[in-house]
Amino acid sequence: MKSRIGPYLQSAPAMLWLALFFIVPLLAIVSISLMTGNSIDGYTLTWNFSVFPDALDQYSAQLGRSFLYGGISTLLALIAMYPVAYWIAFHGGRRKSIFLFLLLLPFLVSFIIRILTWQFILSDEGIVLGTLKDLGILGENAHILSTPVAVITGLTYDALPWMALPIYVALEKIDRDLVEAAGDLYASGYQQFRRIILPLSAPGIYAGILLVGIANIGDYLSAQILGGPSTTMIGNIIQTQYVQNGDYPVASALSLMLMLALLLCVFVYARVFGTRTIQEYA
Amino acid sequence: MTQPRLSRRQVMKGAAGAAMSVSLAQLIAACGLPGSRDTGWTAGTDWNAWWRDQQKNGSFNFASWPLYIDTDGGKHPSLDKFTKETGIDVTYSPVIQDNASFFSQISPVLQNGQSIGYDLIVISNGWQLTQLMQNKWLIPLDHSRMPNFRKYAGTVATDLAYDPHLTYCAVWQAGVTAIAYDEKQVDGPIDSLDALFDPKYKGKVGMLSDPDELGTAGLLALGINPQTSTYADWQKSADLLTRQRDEGIVRQYYDNSYIKALEDGDLAISQAYSGDVFQAQNSGYPNLKFVIPKQGGVIWRDNMVIPYHAENPVDAIEWINFAYNPEIAALIADWVNYICPVPAAKPIIANQLDDPTVANSPLVFPSEAELSRLKEYPVTETLKTHEQWVGLFDPIIQS
Repeated sequence: MKSRIGPYLQSAPAMLWLALFFIVPLLAIVSISLMTGNSIDGYTLTWNFSVFPDALDQYSAQLGRSFLYGGISTLLALIAMYPVAYWIAFHGGRRKSIFLFLLLLPFLVSFIIRILTWQFILSDEGIVLGTLKDLGILGENAHILSTPVAVITGLTYDALPWMALPIYVALEKIDRDLVEAAGDLYASGYQQFRRIILPLSAPGIYAGILLVGIANIGDYLSAQILGGPSTTMIGNIIQTQYVQNGDYPVASALSLMLMLALLLCVFVYARVFGTRTIQEYA
Repeated sequence: MTQPRLSRRQVMKGAAGAAMSVSLAQLIAACGLPGSRDTGWTAGTDWNAWWRDQQKNGSFNFASWPLYIDTDGGKHPSLDKFTKETGIDVTYSPVIQDNASFFSQISPVLQNGQSIGYDLIVISNGWQLTQLMQNKWLIPLDHSRMPNFRKYAGTVATDLAYDPHLTYCAVWQAGVTAIAYDEKQVDGPIDSLDALFDPKYKGKVGMLSDPDELGTAGLLALGINPQTSTYADWQKSADLLTRQRDEGIVRQYYDNSYIKALEDGDLAISQAYSGDVFQAQNSGYPNLKFVIPKQGGVIWRDNMVIPYHAENPVDAIEWINFAYNPEIAALIADWVNYICPVPAAKPIIANQLDDPTVANSPLVFPSEAELSRLKEYPVTETLKTHEQWVGLFDPIIQS
């Protein structure tokens, strides 16, 4: 008897947490999305399921763009941060924690300020474009701000530490004897990396991609501050519909669809890449 | 004891299930979100009697916008003078970034019939102010407590299309939305809104992300008077602005950050607010010019209003009266550089504060002739017209 209740009791706090802070709000969002009405008369539940196809139809471009920008920025962050995490884990020596701290240091500055700094760096006559224009490499009218490149730059930059940390943790755990043994068995440096290190760090890559991808796909500040007339992401639409227009049903429906799309991606991703690598190597 | 006893697990399961299904049922079936209808004060309230019953409490909370009051070393001389003369402490909070998001913060509280914690707020004329008035979420002002207003308020503050009887609104500052350009990046002086649509400045044109500003610029460019415009006119404006975007002329739809983009040289020309450009000119960007185009500019007003359920209305209205004292209005206008609602502040700025640049600026003290060239926003009095307007211009801004 005792042993049968035990697990339930132990998981009760977590269940309560989930119920309070996930299930209840989620149900509220579902029900709000199915309401119709306006801010003056109030909203009543009319089971208006057509809000989903309608919103999808109207905002499919922004939804698709969110996944595109989110995907590209996640990939770029991975490419940029894997070598950094690798270097710290394998060559950081006694100063590892200092390097990790340095990696995190810029992120003690407010998010808005960091994005605004990119606005400054990428401005038309700023330190990057101004110099390139003076050197004659770029034309007078070239600009990066207000283009997808600027938005993806902002998203990528913000993702860097969240990509690096889980990869670092995975790399740090790798038993160095395995790498050494591979060397003893005449594996080349590339082979050691390809067949030992990369597979063993896969759980970190997996976690990093999830962490960064989900956050970046739902982001709206980068597009708002660095973007232009055609870089609106779904987060911007949700924000406008909710805060500016008070259209709670459409905002809720879009949030739900974004969540479902993300869940679907995570599910497919876990099936294709995650469970296999994690079971095999972790 | 032949009946099987319920195991503890079953009981727990049952209880949890029951609790869950009750809350679920409540959530899903009984649901609905209340609206704002009938949540304000009731018609027939005797406001004269109400004001008679109110007492001075010695302090009040004032919510305003960033950089929108005279500031000197972190202090606000006008507020300090007020405290010295009246004994009323002011908690000044520059928390309002834009009308819509501030409104979305305060409306649930007002809808619940509670005090929002501020006794005086500054709101621009527009849909949010219209809603505050229509919902009866504002306290009608007691003009007998505002003698300075009657004596010194200029036409900018007394001729309000959106509040013709001055029931709720006392103008804090006003301003003009027109165009600003970078002298170094355009050929010759600009005097027409057509420049915003000129392919010559492709990718160098800034437009405002506020749908009211954007749509009104389109109307003016088409030669339509916004105040009397119809839905058909709005559609024409939306068509024009959509073309402007699709041809790549618009670089971005900006909030207040357009001024930084102008300063950085990212923009050659932009829709702009008068005070921003005036401040930029005086802080190292003399190449930026502000011009009210031949089609006219748009005048907007930021209003001091007292929200319903305010706890210190007497203290707040005493400040409104104080702010219309020409000496105080001069202190504020000399710092914020927007249109001053008190014309008598002009000689004080010129002589006592020794700042003829501000005193003689048509952007701070416009003449009647200049004021007559300014237009009002289109009227969106009902939810339906507001939604029509937003439905046309939001998709342009967020494509």
